[in-house]
Amino acid sequence: MTPLFRLQNVTVRFGRQTVLSNVTFDILPQETLALIGESGCGKSVTLKLLVGLLAPTEGDVLFEGRSIAGLTPRELTVLRRRVGFLFQGAALFDSLDVFDNVAFGLRAHGGVGDVEIADRVSRGLADVGLPPAVAKKMPVELSGGMRKRVGLARALVLDPEAMLYDEPTTGLDPIMTDVINELILVARRRRPLTSVVVTHEMRTVQKVASRVVMLYPHSRLGPGESQVLYDGPADGLLDSPDGRVPQFVLGEARDRVTERRTDEIDD
Amino acid sequence: MPISAISLEPDPPEAEPGFLAKLQSSAADVADGFGDWAIFAFRAVTGLPTRQWKWNEYFRSAFDVGYSSVAVVAVTGLFIGMVLAVQTYTQFHAVGLDTSIGAIIHMSVVRELGPVLAAVMLAGRIGTAMAAQLGTMRVTEQIDALSCLGVDPVRFLVTPRVLACITAIPLLTILADLMGVVGSTFICLGVFRIDEYHYWRHTENFVKIFDVCVGLTKSILFGGALCLITCHRGFRSRAGAEGVGRAATEGFVISFVAIIFLDFLMAMLTNTVHGWLYSSIGPRLA
Repeated sequence: MTPLFRLQNVTVRFGRQTVLSNVTFDILPQETLALIGESGCGKSVTLKLLVGLLAPTEGDVLFEGRSIAGLTPRELTVLRRRVGFLFQGAALFDSLDVFDNVAFGLRAHGGVGDVEIADRVSRGLADVGLPPAVAKKMPVELSGGMRKRVGLARALVLDPEAMLYDEPTTGLDPIMTDVINELILVARRRRPLTSVVVTHEMRTVQKVASRVVMLYPHSRLGPGESQVLYDGPADGLLDSPDGRVPQFVLGEARDRVTERRTDEIDD
Repeated sequence: MPISAISLEPDPPEAEPGFLAKLQSSAADVADGFGDWAIFAFRAVTGLPTRQWKWNEYFRSAFDVGYSSVAVVAVTGLFIGMVLAVQTYTQFHAVGLDTSIGAIIHMSVVRELGPVLAAVMLAGRIGTAMAAQLGTMRVTEQIDALSCLGVDPVRFLVTPRVLACITAIPLLTILADLMGVVGSTFICLGVFRIDEYHYWRHTENFVKIFDVCVGLTKSILFGGALCLITCHRGFRSRAGAEGVGRAATEGFVISFVAIIFLDFLMAMLTNTVHGWLYSSIGPRLA
């Protein structure tokens, strides 16, 4: 199966700081991939690479077999319209009310009348479990969970082929975490959707993911070593009922460092 | 063991770079920053003939830049005119050139002080606000969200602000000029009792339409520069409240230096042009 996205030996540096190192993995159509790892290991950066918000320093990111770096601005815009993005803080536009936030993409893309926009916005809000009265509220009046749901509605009203979720449940209480997890599942059930979920929550991984990629912090790797510590089915990683990382993953991490130390001593 | 417990060895300490390495790095950063700004400015300005921005964003920015700044610019212009009159009177009165004071002050206000002071006031009042607003949008990922929704954030957010600045700031400069003339006239005619006929006669002989055009051209340049600089700082803001504050401060400082530098370039250029235009009719005070 041709992957929707492919990261090929991707390295990202900001100045002298390396954020991602030699990362390679595929994202297949209609799968739900969970991207996990410690804070600062480059998970959110990886998501931004997928929509061309950042460019890799080395390596390549491919969308349907084409390098994102080689796309014209117009082609990049088309790609972004096919891929929804739920930001960590929802990234709602402060100066617009909820209705205008959700309608923003529809208006920007053009070709949609006011009546249809109103209809799609109210359906979008209903899909994420928000009452119509919320439409007139400003983002500052919303709770964290509501903001995430409005952000999700804003992305989903555009009928994307893929959804990227950047820590969708961070900062939410367990009940709201379950609500967001359920919305991710519902979105996938309602349409053929490829999803990438960056998260720290193993409960979210357990509930929504079909495959898991685990990144290891670059600072603890040797030169040229890949940060991808685990790439496989979610069931294979989550064999522990309390949601802890299984011993074989930790064992691999220790082996890498031990090999490095041995090499350094040999040198 | 939870994921956060994986900690096997500390990061190796980095060697401190030497003075030359730091200098080289700083020079490279400045060159990078200027190149980045040039691309940003090109993208914003070439967005003007496109429909990638909204008129309502322009009107909102023009209201902020123009209408909301009227009082502060008017008061500044008034007092600058008054201060110039007081300072100049002492010197000119001593050599019996009282009636020339109006010409000197009005020329200074129209060609230099009006455009420069209006631009500096607006760099402080509007420029920092734009840098902080866009910086906040950057750190809360609203700018990334615009990109993800298929909108060019530079053209959507910056282009209407540039248009607002280059249309509203010349109008504010005219106001500053007028208030400067009112302030100086009040002091010269009302307080120092300078002869009114000769005061205006010298002004009429000395201040030409060319000088007004120079002042307004400067104000358009200053408006465009301060907007593009402060917006660029906002777009490149670092994370957190400190990052946004720093972006606002940098925006003001860099735009202030740019205004003074552009003023110098314009002074050189316009003096040359003035020489070409008026060389055949002799010096102005002849």
